[in-house]
Amino acid sequence: MAGVAGGGGNGNDFQWCFSQVKGAVDEDVAEADIISTVEFNYSGDLLATGDKGGRVVIFQREQENKSRPHSRGEYNVYSTFQSHEPEFDYLKSLEIEEKINKIRWLPQQNAAHFLLSTNDKTIKLWKISERDKRAEGYNLKDEDGRLRDPFKITALRVPILKPMDLMVEASPRRIFANAHTYHINSISVNSDHETYLSADDLRINLWHLEITDRSFNIVDIKPANMEELTEVITAAEFHPHHCNVFVYSSSKGTIRLCDMRSSALCDRHSKFFEEPEDPSSRSFFSEIISSISDVKFSHSGRYMMTRDYLSVKVWDLNMENRPVETYQVHEYLRSKLCSLYENDCIFDKFECCWNGSDGAIMTGSYNNFFRMFDRNTRRDITLEASRESSKPRAILKPRKVCTGGKRKKDEINVDSLDFNKKILHTAWHPMENIIAVAATNNLYIFQDKIN
Amino acid sequence: MAAPVGTGARAEDSGHEKQDFQEKESVIPERAEEAKLKAKYPNLGQKPGGSDFLMKRLQKGQKYFDSGDYNMAKAKMKNKQLPTAGPDKNLVTGDHIPKPQDLPQRKSSLVASKLAG
Repeated sequence: MAGVAGGGGNGNDFQWCFSQVKGAVDEDVAEADIISTVEFNYSGDLLATGDKGGRVVIFQREQENKSRPHSRGEYNVYSTFQSHEPEFDYLKSLEIEEKINKIRWLPQQNAAHFLLSTNDKTIKLWKISERDKRAEGYNLKDEDGRLRDPFKITALRVPILKPMDLMVEASPRRIFANAHTYHINSISVNSDHETYLSADDLRINLWHLEITDRSFNIVDIKPANMEELTEVITAAEFHPHHCNVFVYSSSKGTIRLCDMRSSALCDRHSKFFEEPEDPSSRSFFSEIISSISDVKFSHSGRYMMTRDYLSVKVWDLNMENRPVETYQVHEYLRSKLCSLYENDCIFDKFECCWNGSDGAIMTGSYNNFFRMFDRNTRRDITLEASRESSKPRAILKPRKVCTGGKRKKDEINVDSLDFNKKILHTAWHPMENIIAVAATNNLYIFQDKIN
Repeated sequence: MAAPVGTGARAEDSGHEKQDFQEKESVIPERAEEAKLKAKYPNLGQKPGGSDFLMKRLQKGQKYFDSGDYNMAKAKMKNKQLPTAGPDKNLVTGDHIPKPQDLPQRKSSLVASKLAG
């Protein structure tokens, strides 16, 4: 039973076990409850989710408890708040969804935690802070909060701090609005910890975290004549170490790397990554399935990974003409493209992620399946996020899809896959083998087996 | 004969050109799927990734209602019913005039997330 080597770097096989599942069990899924983004913070102690209803829920990992050795750091609710609300732009007759497209954590600099959350039009900086003390013994007001009559005060006292039940408060500290005509698909915090970028279909803007009334446009691919529009920006990310470098991917399957030192407007790329296409295999679907839905730098900063409809590709930043590795996610769908076009599934945007050591990558598929690839051993595994395999510490069984007529036991036929159960969003703990998988309105957390 | 699945599969070298072409069609599953799609929708545009498709993507969320159109149409058809929006409520108005009841309610979700419960 193959596992996928994880963050240890020593090539050991790991076995993934069910840890927790969050969310409602009922069959009827409310649209607002559909999870739209999942993100661990830099330490992995906090896990944030955003949903279509504009809400953010943050889970915190419990400290490992010696008296409960099996609990192994469970994630429990830490804070929840309404980040965005539905809006209507009357001038443009445009409905603005409250759906949270992306959440990105800022590196922690003090006791409070900060994150950026964005919908289609507005980015917000949220501060999440703890309050566990309360001051008592004020001079000018009594314990109920009512003002005391100043003429009746005869003695002065010094208020003292008393402990109280932990309260976690979320407050919006900055609102970055009105900078995007089109729909925001990405935000990325820079390694300088002072700036971040936001990307929509045609433009990328650079912001300073302290300044909300100004942003710099750094990429603009809008043609003078919209009839000439041939591609849109699908994702963008800053390099993890070089604060002047970022990449953006397109609907045509290309990636451009830009250096902000070369010019103020980075319309001309420094590097252009594109895999040559075999002209004899071109079809109506070629461009659609080559559209890149996610791009992520490796932690090392040496590689980047792109996700298109059927595969995940790893690129070496030093080689532009082809990826160094290509992994097929669900190649059996290639002969189903006609129906996937008809039901719009061909436009689904899957994300991908690296593990902490960059030795493994993970991405989602249909039928609540998700895939993991070990870059060192070249082994891959398909796992399923389902309530059936949700017993505590139950080891996940590998899944297999068959295409032909003969179906082996435990295999599932491609025609029986549920295309409404899509895993678009997954996240891997930055250091440990803990993964979070969003299956529509449920969040699954899996961990590797303790030996 | 199982068709090999993969990116950019090349047709086998064979002496017969016609057979070559037919093999290509079946060897490349994408082409077979394309043929299926064209058979169902013969009027499908030539450039699937081109302008129309991208413009639709850029215009997501656009709701059109022209109060001028609405009032003119109301004036024209004093006693008759106004044409209501068809199944596609996102059509540009003109002939299709959405009534307030037809527009989807803009909900605001002040209910707490079930992930937190």
